[in-house]
Amino acid sequence: MPICPPQATRLAQARALLIVCALLLIAASDETRYAAERKALLAEIQRVAVQTADATGRARFSARVMNAMDSVPRHRFVPPRSIASAYENRPLAIGHGQTISQPYIVALMTELLEPKSGDIMLEVGAGSGYQAAVLSRLVAKVHTIEIIAPLADSATARLRELGYGNVQVKSGDGYYGWPEHAPYDGIIVTAAANSIPPPLVAQLKPGGRMVIPVGAPFHTQDLILLRKDPTGKVTTTSVLPVAFVPLTGKR
Amino acid sequence: MRRRDSALLALSIGLLAGAALAYQVLLFRLLAIIQWHSFAAMIISLALLGHGAAGTALALTGMRLLPRFHAVYATSAALFAIAVPVCWALAQRLPFNGLELVWNPGQLGWLAGIFLLLSLPFFFAACCFGLAFMHARERIPALYAADLLGAGFGAALATGLLFVLPAGDALRAATVAGTVAALLLPAPKLTRLALPALAILSALIIPDAWLTPRITEFKGLPRTLQVMGAAVEAEYSSPYGLLTIVRNDTIPFRHAPGRSLAAITEPPPQLAVFTDGDSMTALTVHDGRRESLAYLDEMTSALPYHLIERPRVLMLGAGGGAEVLQAIYHNAREIHGVELNPTMLELLRIRLPESRVQLHAGDARAFVRTDTARYDLIQLAPLDSYGGSGAGVQTMAESYLYTVEAIADYYARLEPGGFLALTRWEKQPPREGLKLFATAVSALEAAGADPRDQLALIRGWQTSTLLVKRGALTDADLERLRAFCESRGFDPAWFPGITPDEVNRHHRVPRDWLHQGATALIGADAGRFISDYKFNVAPATDDRPYFFHFFRWQLLPELIALRGQGALTLLDTGYLVLIGTLALAVPLSLLLILAPLTALGPPRRDEPRMRSGVYFLCLGLAFLFVEIACMQRYGLFVGHPLFASVAVLAGFLVFAGAGSLVASRVRNRPRALKWAIAGIVLMLLVQATALPPAPGVVESTAGRIILTLVLIAPLAFLMGLPFPLGLSRLAAVAPASIPWAWGINGCASVLSALLAAVLAVHLGFNAVLMMAAGLYVLAVLAWPAGNSSRSRP
Repeated sequence: MPICPPQATRLAQARALLIVCALLLIAASDETRYAAERKALLAEIQRVAVQTADATGRARFSARVMNAMDSVPRHRFVPPRSIASAYENRPLAIGHGQTISQPYIVALMTELLEPKSGDIMLEVGAGSGYQAAVLSRLVAKVHTIEIIAPLADSATARLRELGYGNVQVKSGDGYYGWPEHAPYDGIIVTAAANSIPPPLVAQLKPGGRMVIPVGAPFHTQDLILLRKDPTGKVTTTSVLPVAFVPLTGKR
Repeated sequence: MRRRDSALLALSIGLLAGAALAYQVLLFRLLAIIQWHSFAAMIISLALLGHGAAGTALALTGMRLLPRFHAVYATSAALFAIAVPVCWALAQRLPFNGLELVWNPGQLGWLAGIFLLLSLPFFFAACCFGLAFMHARERIPALYAADLLGAGFGAALATGLLFVLPAGDALRAATVAGTVAALLLPAPKLTRLALPALAILSALIIPDAWLTPRITEFKGLPRTLQVMGAAVEAEYSSPYGLLTIVRNDTIPFRHAPGRSLAAITEPPPQLAVFTDGDSMTALTVHDGRRESLAYLDEMTSALPYHLIERPRVLMLGAGGGAEVLQAIYHNAREIHGVELNPTMLELLRIRLPESRVQLHAGDARAFVRTDTARYDLIQLAPLDSYGGSGAGVQTMAESYLYTVEAIADYYARLEPGGFLALTRWEKQPPREGLKLFATAVSALEAAGADPRDQLALIRGWQTSTLLVKRGALTDADLERLRAFCESRGFDPAWFPGITPDEVNRHHRVPRDWLHQGATALIGADAGRFISDYKFNVAPATDDRPYFFHFFRWQLLPELIALRGQGALTLLDTGYLVLIGTLALAVPLSLLLILAPLTALGPPRRDEPRMRSGVYFLCLGLAFLFVEIACMQRYGLFVGHPLFASVAVLAGFLVFAGAGSLVASRVRNRPRALKWAIAGIVLMLLVQATALPPAPGVVESTAGRIILTLVLIAPLAFLMGLPFPLGLSRLAAVAPASIPWAWGINGCASVLSALLAAVLAVHLGFNAVLMMAAGLYVLAVLAWPAGNSSRSRP
């Protein structure tokens, strides 16, 4: 039973529609802006990747990884006060003393894992869930463990809301890995570690790769790439993400 | 009546000066807890500019405040009392994050907010002093003496207070002292009652939680407490630092830095111990079974135990005891652990009841210098956190553990055939490992030994261990070393006769700079390598004890150009923060010094304004140069950095205060100043060349502290003369300029502390002392006594 006259209802409907349209437009324009910022960031990452080719051993980052980076809205993974900096090539604080890594480092770590579409990946240290989201676009399944309960909860909710259906988040101790889904084609240990848990190495498939960033918060100094060859032998390499030679050219 | 008044004024000034210095001591402790060393030092340096700002404010208001002296003085003292707790509570709530500075210069805004807030108490206290000098200008030396004496006792009392109260709570004591200082003078009723009441109220009602340090969320302790299951089990506050013990039964710590990747066992249960919210060390709960300790054999630091049987071991810096347990695992015959922090020592003692373990309280370096026993193995583990060292925020902290003289001291305590093992964090490109290697080469050369036969260096993925053998390494030694590395996946970086196919095999790096660097450093090319390496890996010395200072200016443009790659993480920011602080303090000081000139107007014909300005600037710079250099030099002598710095700080202030008292007797003798300066310069020369003596002269720490006080007393006494003599002369010809001179002194003190640190890095503390002598000469040349001081009214 319309209480107010039909005309008035229609007017109100039109007004509501207008507001919705306006909001959508604003949102759309925001999305367009973020997409443009993301493109610029990707160009920057690729530029840096080329500069650091000697140090990282890759001439440029693969189109697959770059597309995955392009498909993930980083601004949805940072706290509201940092949204304006979401597409700057720098680490950001996400609360609880944790950070979301510098995008170039995320891309490099993803590259070093050499993800293939059928891979099962394990991540220790989900943080905001950004790294898992990027990986999820490249592999079949990502399992991620977060030691800080509130971060695990927010990452779970965020990844579900954004539709990353092939990422599974667990809150808890990462030391023993996640044996139910092992072995893994790739493991990434983003939680600051002062020793690399032996169970994780055990859960890596022969031929698999593990990446471990080393450093302080905001200061990833180098990456450790651990490889298990088909016979199960483990070797590690230190990858400096910077094209820096510590000796002057005078020698 | 007047005599009583001026005695009360002196008493009030003494109290307030004591409170202000206590505030400074407590603030430094508090800042060290919530922030990293370099930022704590920066904030407190800049906050001390509050002293200079007070001089400026008084000079600008001129003599207008003097008619209401008592009211203004009491108000200012009460505001000091209120500001101490309130400003701290507010400042520590600002979300400053120093680690983000390289990415976000906007953080400087928060930093400015913090230091401005914290400078307010200094400002109000210094307003009182400046006003008092203007009000009772015929009694300046006595008042200045009260200021120095009060400050001296304040420094000592504040440190004592830290043994019984947490630093945050101790701030209340400064408030109480400030309030009493306000009450002592006959101020108008309203000011006399209302404001002190408010001050006392602010000390009483401010909740503990507001004063308790809020540690930056990126330090180790808060990060650890975020983990599910983590809980603080105990907390011990002392001037040595805030020790926090964390338990986590849900998710164990499994702390085993740099452990071999080939390891398969899990470390036993541990408690985490944090010092000032960082630098985690693990207290392992030893179940008595040797097998539980097997994980300690999977670290680079276990190497020496494979080259020597059942050694007598000395552990320098026992920390949480991991190295002690490592020695137990390896069947050491006798184990001596040295630890400075008595609380940490006690924690260890109750957990290590084994009879072969003996724990000694004290500074590691001092222990070695006064000990006469010999050891088969001396171990030094990294006591600082990888994180703190990784972000380069601790780089300006002095360390006497890793100097050429220190290595020589350790070496002297080795049995023939014994080993010194130094483990450090390893990074890419290498810094600590190389610098330590260069230091060991220098130390061995100085001891007349041959470094080429006696050194071995290995690296894991996170640590490197350097072995120094007293004697040549044998083929058997090297065979065992190879086997140790092979089974654990470590790589040798240097040993006598190392071949290129033996390096960089397990944990591969794009170029093995550690190997190449070590090879160069042990050869004829060492000097060339050190100058060509982009990080500073020149050995540290006792005169320039900055092992963690790797920064070189040539690095900066390159790293800035590469910042898109995250290259700024290679920057050790400690030095830059220091330079940045100086770069801020110089213009701020100039502003504070020059601004009052507009209010003072052109100088009268007989007023030596420029000359006196230079005079007070030189004195302000020189006083802290001497104090800081002596603090370091006697710190090493006493062998107890904390007690030594308090003794030197308080000693200088008290003896200089005594000098000021004498100044009031000799102020009419124009030659007094020249004699005083001549005496100071002579004694500085003696200090720089002949003092302090070797620590062996006196057995006990207390004895060495007393000797320190005796040795600095005459110098400090004379250093108390020039400032009040100058102020009295100025009062005679241009009383309106007194606060200006007071302000210059305040600014100069700030600049002095910063300059002393920069000069010590580049030239050493000896040079700082010599420069102080030069500044005293410059002061007396700029404004010689005798040409204007006769015209006293």
